[in-house]
Amino acid sequence: RRLCILKGIYPHEPKHKKKVNKGSTAPRTFYLLKDIKFLLHEPIVNKFREYKVFVRKLRKAYGKSEWGTVERLKDNKPTYRLDHIVKERYPTFTDALRDLDDALSMCFLFSTFPRTGKCHVQTIQLCRRLAVEFLNYVIASRSLRKVFLSIKGIYYQAEVLGQPITWVTPYAFAHDHPTDVDYRVMATFTEFYTTLLGFVNFRLYQSLNLVYPPKIDGQADVELKPAEGKEYAMDSESYLEKLSALSASLARVVAPTHEDEVEMDEFPVEGETAEQMDARKKEQEALEKHKKLFEGLRFFLNREVPREPLAFVIRCFGGQVSWDKSLCIGATYDASDRSITHHIIDRPRVERQVVGRYYLQPQWVFDSVNAKMCLPVADYFPGVLLPPHLSPFVTEQEGDYIPPEKLKLLAMQRGENPDEESEEEEEEEEGEEEEDDNDKEEEEEEEEDESEKEEEIKLKKMEEQKTQSNKAPPVKVTPGKLRLEDKQRLEQEQQSEEKRLAIMMMKKREKYLYKKIMFGKKRKVREANKLAAKRKAHDSAVREEKKKSKKARRA
Amino acid sequence: SSPLQDIRNTVGNIPMEWYQDFPHIGYNLDGKKIYKPIRSKDELDMFLEKMENPDYWRTVQDKMTGADIKLTDEQVDLVRRLQRGQFGDVHFNPYEPAVDFFSHEVMIHPVTNRPADKRSFIPSLIEKEKVSKLVHAIKMGWIKPRKPRDDTPTYYDLWAHEDPNSILGRHKMHVPAPKMKLPGHEESYNPPPEYLLSEEEKLAWEQQDPAERKLSFVPQRFGCLRAVPAYPRFIHERFERCLDLYLCPRQRKMRVNVDPEDLIPKLPKPRDLQPFPTTLALIYRGHSSLVRCLSISPSGQWLVSGSDDGTVRFWEVCTARCMKTLPVGGVVKSIAWNPNPTICLVAICVEQSVLLVNPCLGDKLLYTATDQLLESYVAPEEERLQPVQWLVPSAEEQSRGIRLVIQHSKAVKQVTWHGKGDYLASVVSDNSNLQVLIHQSSKRWSQNPFRRSRGLVQAVLFHPTRPYFFVATQRCVRVYNLLKQELTKKLMTNCKWVSSMAIHPGGDNIICGSYDSKLAWFDLDLSTRPYQLLRHHKRALRSVAFHRHYPLFASASDDGTVIVCHGMVYNDLLQNPLLVPVKVLKGHAITLDLGVLDVLFHPTQPWVFSSGADGTVRLYT
Repeated sequence: RRLCILKGIYPHEPKHKKKVNKGSTAPRTFYLLKDIKFLLHEPIVNKFREYKVFVRKLRKAYGKSEWGTVERLKDNKPTYRLDHIVKERYPTFTDALRDLDDALSMCFLFSTFPRTGKCHVQTIQLCRRLAVEFLNYVIASRSLRKVFLSIKGIYYQAEVLGQPITWVTPYAFAHDHPTDVDYRVMATFTEFYTTLLGFVNFRLYQSLNLVYPPKIDGQADVELKPAEGKEYAMDSESYLEKLSALSASLARVVAPTHEDEVEMDEFPVEGETAEQMDARKKEQEALEKHKKLFEGLRFFLNREVPREPLAFVIRCFGGQVSWDKSLCIGATYDASDRSITHHIIDRPRVERQVVGRYYLQPQWVFDSVNAKMCLPVADYFPGVLLPPHLSPFVTEQEGDYIPPEKLKLLAMQRGENPDEESEEEEEEEEGEEEEDDNDKEEEEEEEEDESEKEEEIKLKKMEEQKTQSNKAPPVKVTPGKLRLEDKQRLEQEQQSEEKRLAIMMMKKREKYLYKKIMFGKKRKVREANKLAAKRKAHDSAVREEKKKSKKARRA
Repeated sequence: SSPLQDIRNTVGNIPMEWYQDFPHIGYNLDGKKIYKPIRSKDELDMFLEKMENPDYWRTVQDKMTGADIKLTDEQVDLVRRLQRGQFGDVHFNPYEPAVDFFSHEVMIHPVTNRPADKRSFIPSLIEKEKVSKLVHAIKMGWIKPRKPRDDTPTYYDLWAHEDPNSILGRHKMHVPAPKMKLPGHEESYNPPPEYLLSEEEKLAWEQQDPAERKLSFVPQRFGCLRAVPAYPRFIHERFERCLDLYLCPRQRKMRVNVDPEDLIPKLPKPRDLQPFPTTLALIYRGHSSLVRCLSISPSGQWLVSGSDDGTVRFWEVCTARCMKTLPVGGVVKSIAWNPNPTICLVAICVEQSVLLVNPCLGDKLLYTATDQLLESYVAPEEERLQPVQWLVPSAEEQSRGIRLVIQHSKAVKQVTWHGKGDYLASVVSDNSNLQVLIHQSSKRWSQNPFRRSRGLVQAVLFHPTRPYFFVATQRCVRVYNLLKQELTKKLMTNCKWVSSMAIHPGGDNIICGSYDSKLAWFDLDLSTRPYQLLRHHKRALRSVAFHRHYPLFASASDDGTVIVCHGMVYNDLLQNPLLVPVKVLKGHAITLDLGVLDVLFHPTQPWVFSSGADGTVRLYT
């Protein structure tokens, strides 16, 4: 089993289940004979046998309490390496990158395990080290693309050498270890994944001309030293911690030259049509802009904010970040620093506000990254009801339900800014309200609705598309038009009848397929309609509430 | 027993059961037998002794001598002590104070007084030799100090020399594991409100089997990031992913990615295949029960319908007027108008008889000629044995139009005319070889064409031009050559139960309707299997019909619809017939689970008649 995991052998579904299974149809797993033979040739089998012998000897020595023998055996513990398996399973680097998703998720999970029980401490430390190294690489290469806060954990998506890599990290809480999970299987997977990730990291660092066992940049190191040198012993562990603080840039083998990058951009463009070139250029520019989203901004994280993910994200997009000195090492500046532009806070209210910086909730950072632009900060002030956090991984297709927030966002990305106007209006209105409240009641309601109108219109449009066929003729008043509608309908009816007749003539298998497809489509539409209806109900309920509260205030 | 008498048993330490069957239990010192003491105590005695003897509880039986011994007080005490787990001796004290032999106090006298060994003064030669060997080995560099183990793995550029040749065949075969599904909006910690589950949905979610759930979690909303808890099933999910990776069979699956519109076959537009009936034109009302059968005169002017209410009605087609009502006194099962335009005669199946009726409609010359034809019958000289009786009805019946009665022995199911109009065939619901009878109306003569029965006959049909006769049984259609008197073909319908049958006027194609809602189109030249099996109807087919001129056929079903299809048969033998459904005609109400019972085309116009279980006959034009 361990071999299967390491070598990536998986069972196959036979073509003739009955033939293979000697006539019975009981569910069994089938491996290819070729695969099993392939496993037998593996040199690591011998290593496993050695290990087994070692365990047996050790147990014997323990039983006889020959401690000297135990020591000796432990010193000569047989080891094996998985390098050749990695190379064999992933003959090219891109193959390895493609399969990195699971490896990363696993490493991040193991790195959060407690240092006791369940699995070896060395494994956990190794996982932590590799994970931090990978994060540092992502920062250095600025390849993070999407972040998503889900209830399960935080999803990240980075684009490394053109391959999208998605991984999920759990929230930083202690796990309650389930009993029905076989940790040995997970450990075997992790063993392989750590090897893979180590080699991938090495290669990635090399591709960026970084020193592989990563070192913090000399300058930054010097800056850091006086601050923390006294408090922490500079052993390897604190070094790792410092690295994991993610605040300092890494040392490069060769000093980075900017001309190099510019040249790189121009090369692939040659030999293409102008149109493609334009599109590509635009994309490139957008990407470049996205990469420098937080360039020049200085963030400060309050202590209740999850430090690591936020620091990682902000650093990935060029921002500078710091935190309370007592929280973790690696803080670069203090809370009272004048140059801080954004203060990330997750409390309902701020005690001492410093002028000249925005106090924001952490969702702003993630939403801005997903929207590829700095969103208006007004919605994210502390204590404000946050707008929904949408998944960046969903790409809506034709006919899917799109939440109105997403529509708004898309409009904003296109450059239209419908929201701001209404917001301004609202603000104005608020200002006016203070001046004179009496004659405003009706207008106010109207204006207030305006911000929601946008959504409603869009919703309506969607509905209209769906209910076009159902639009009843009684809406039309003039007889001439009515006849016209009739004609159209007649034609439609005729067409639908033709279709029905044609469906009758379909072959049985095709008909089955057709029905299945149509059923799937209808279900999708139904689900979308359901969501839209739910949203509408919710919106109307919220509006009612608002009106009521307003009236109560008036009264 | 007492020690004074000294009866000592000399048998030794043996199981006393060995003496169980003897009167004695051993031998005394003198070699005399010791007899067992007489024990005549029964239960009552035992009980009395137990009650009366105050020492009963301390009396035991000596197994060696068989005598009762009364234990003394000391002995009883001993027993009690032993039972309590104490020492037998009363005076033994188990908790004596311990006196340490070796103590921390230095005594003035040595414990042993042995003089010291010599070897404790002289250095050991063996040890010296060993040490010198080690020293020598170290000096020579043979022994090195143990290096501390370094467990941290070293990494290097594994893919430094990527050569495309190293990609083995395995990798081409390899099916990469599908990636994890990316999360949608509903997984967000702060999802849009419409993704949150309502109370009912939550209940439904909880009741579902975990394997069936669409979402593996309940969408939740948290006001701020600080309130989000750890996901309790995170490790589970990773573990399941691991299991999937190494235990799930992988298979490349060809996703059917077709546009459903492409699946619909391209058929010629029905508009191009006109004429065919499209709209309901007339309703013939009058019957009070289900109308089972229809027939039309060869001229197309008159329509006749037979119903369960025991009447036969004659209608004028164009005006929907009931010209005549003929009560026949029984359920009319089948009705057939003589296809010969010169003869005006209708065959009607009523219970056990077939009535030949002259409706006296239309051209007077014509129907009087028919009467004359029937009356011109001259009885043959010698009476021949016939399976049925030909009766001439009474004068009163004659006046109502009934000209002849063919009395069968059993109920008649179906009647059909030959194209020439002289012969008619009737089907009797029977199991014997008398199921199908062929009658000649002019000679008033009947015969039984088959020697033995081959299953329940459902319908019979004459070939329109050639001397063929079609007999449909439950599963298959047999084609007989009447001239050669032999079976020419057997058509397998692939249906469970054939209900009706119709033949193309060209005579090369047959359609069969069945109760399992299929319609089979046979090409007689092609094969004995259906050329096409049409499953247009949702319920059982009751009747099928061909148009005489237009390439149309219709099928009537219990689902209350009549489907008109375009069935073009080409003269070119290489071209297969083209079957296109062109119109679904609805109108009949479903009563008693029956919809349309019979369907019929107008002989000249592209019109279709249908009779339904709701007691109406409808004309679609």
